[in-house]
Amino acid sequence: MKETPLSNCERRFLLRAIEEKKRLDGRQTYDYRNIKISFGTDYGCCIVELGKTRVLGQVSCELVSPKLNRATEGILFFNLELSQMAAPAFEPGRQSDLLVKLNRLLERCLRNSKCIDTESLCVVAGEKVWQIRVDLHLLNHDGNIIDAASIAAIVALCHFRRPDVSVQGDEVTLYTLEERDPVPLSIHHMPICVSFAFFQQGTYLLVDPSEREERVMDGLLVIAMNKHREICTIQSSGGIMLLKDQVLRCSKIAGVKVVEITELIQKALENDQKVRKEGGKFGFAESMANQRITAFKMEKAPIDTSDVEEKAEEIISEAEPPSEVVSKPVLWTPGTAQIGEGIENSWGHLEDSEKEDEDEGGNDEAIILDGMKMDTGVEVSHIGSQDAPIVLSDSEEEEMIILEPDKNPKKIRTQTISATQVKAPSKKPVKKRKKKRAAN
Amino acid sequence: MAEAAGVAAESLAGCRARAARTVLDQVVLPGEELLLPDQEDGEGSGGAGERPLRLNAAARSRGRVVCGPGLRRCGDRLLVTKCGRLRHKEPGSGSGGGVYWVDSQQKRYVPVKGDHVIGIVTAKSGDIFKVDVGGSEPASLSYLAFEGATKRNRPNVQVGDLIYGQFVVANKDMEPEMVCIDSCGRANGMGVIGQDGLLFKVTLGLIRKLLAPDCEILQEVGKLYPLEIVFGMNGRIWVKAKTIQQTLILANILEACEHMTADQRKQIFSRLAES
Repeated sequence: MKETPLSNCERRFLLRAIEEKKRLDGRQTYDYRNIKISFGTDYGCCIVELGKTRVLGQVSCELVSPKLNRATEGILFFNLELSQMAAPAFEPGRQSDLLVKLNRLLERCLRNSKCIDTESLCVVAGEKVWQIRVDLHLLNHDGNIIDAASIAAIVALCHFRRPDVSVQGDEVTLYTLEERDPVPLSIHHMPICVSFAFFQQGTYLLVDPSEREERVMDGLLVIAMNKHREICTIQSSGGIMLLKDQVLRCSKIAGVKVVEITELIQKALENDQKVRKEGGKFGFAESMANQRITAFKMEKAPIDTSDVEEKAEEIISEAEPPSEVVSKPVLWTPGTAQIGEGIENSWGHLEDSEKEDEDEGGNDEAIILDGMKMDTGVEVSHIGSQDAPIVLSDSEEEEMIILEPDKNPKKIRTQTISATQVKAPSKKPVKKRKKKRAAN
Repeated sequence: MAEAAGVAAESLAGCRARAARTVLDQVVLPGEELLLPDQEDGEGSGGAGERPLRLNAAARSRGRVVCGPGLRRCGDRLLVTKCGRLRHKEPGSGSGGGVYWVDSQQKRYVPVKGDHVIGIVTAKSGDIFKVDVGGSEPASLSYLAFEGATKRNRPNVQVGDLIYGQFVVANKDMEPEMVCIDSCGRANGMGVIGQDGLLFKVTLGLIRKLLAPDCEILQEVGKLYPLEIVFGMNGRIWVKAKTIQQTLILANILEACEHMTADQRKQIFSRLAES
């Protein structure tokens, strides 16, 4: 969909309001919107809400061989995606400019600042290193994507735990999550982006612009800093002329804001750590308060369980006994077997084929499934299922002709779901075979 | 197609169709079937005293039942197509059987003929303006569709202006067409909206609530400050008060009204009236 155009009256109103130092949502010039950080059940998964702008961050890791010119360093990947649910204007083909700009800024902020110690990600020099991948998804766009994304990225990285690895001589052991506790990444500092929007050729400035304000702004200045007042990245876009003291003032404001945000992040991480240690409930579902209007929660309906026992006994006594389960797969040749008998072939007369009965136990080892072969049961069976309708099944197994040396080749027929009396018996062995295929 | 729908209804409905009367003001889900009052008598299990043939005037007047948004006729029943609460309005003058509709909540607007909406002019091409109304396509507005407009006397409309008009053609297959005059040729409040003021977007349900005849919110707001306000059925509201601060307060109150109870609202209004 095309973006809703901005009407002249809105633009005029917003600019006049900014001249009078009023913002649409009642904030002051240097105020940030409410930041809310919630964590998922996995390590490295978090959602950051900056007002109504929401970003989901997820960190994952993998062992790969390192780059040739950096044999002792791990690899970092950053990826920000603008989901189509974030704004009607975001369509798969149409977001390239904004997307490229945001991705480049994020990379510079996180990679070039060396906030993550890549040397510690090395397992075996020149052979195996950790590749850390940070995926960010924009879930709702209400302005200032870059700030929310940078907070989400650094929070997800601080929250993430990678599996423990030990190297003894030539032997490298990778411990699973059950064997040893996962290890956090080694993070030196937390760079956070702060955005400043400029209006009327640099006369007025706003921190953390919302979507409406972003539409009418002249230029944007993004400063990425950490709490030690070190500038990691600085970028000015929109082509406005900024004076030296304006930039200095912005960096001072950014310093103050970053300290506040870093405190918030630390507190959120500590809370989550505590909850996990104490064994409490954590995850996205727990972080939504029950009284919020967008939380779906049904009141528990009171159920009267006083006569449950009598009812259960009644039901059991009236029910019919379950049908006998006959599961006897019949092995024809190594690689093909038959379950059940199928129903009468409606295509015409075929010669009777003999059935070889084997015991069940032997079948478990003897059945070697290769590729996707499944026997078609083509018997002239004399079970009372001759009137049952032939239903074409939608099973994904292919059927193939089974050629037996001493019999006539059987016709291919789509597998039929026969009448209910043979359906129950055939279910169990099918499940067993599917598992074997997966194991192969 | 109607036949197939009818057949499906019969095969599905059976025990699932409910009398519309019993589910008034309750939540209904898409796919439910509803029986109209005159049908449920016939379908009832023959209760004592019910006769299928009635000769009194009461039965006669249950003539046409109007099927409103969210409902669709399916054979001789009503099929629910949107989830929400079922509402009914009694017929005023006794003719017809009243109106049934489903009150649902959504933000995305679909153009409907006869709706008054606020649009933003996006392009001027030859004789028509293209106006964005929040639907899937921009509506077209002819320059002659203004009061007192002739070929020589064109209206003064620029790109980016706000227009209040109504739809004369709006279906899902064609681009909608709107005009700024009513059937007599008079503007009746429609046309270009003034220069200042603030435009903001709310949900469609809130607009309908605010435009209801007995809405107290508007009366209370009117007591606070003198203001001008325009409601578009596409979810857009334009507000103008004397100062920017007042306009912003009004905009925030109207947006918040959706989720506030009447008590909370009264509290806020009383606090504002004091300051």
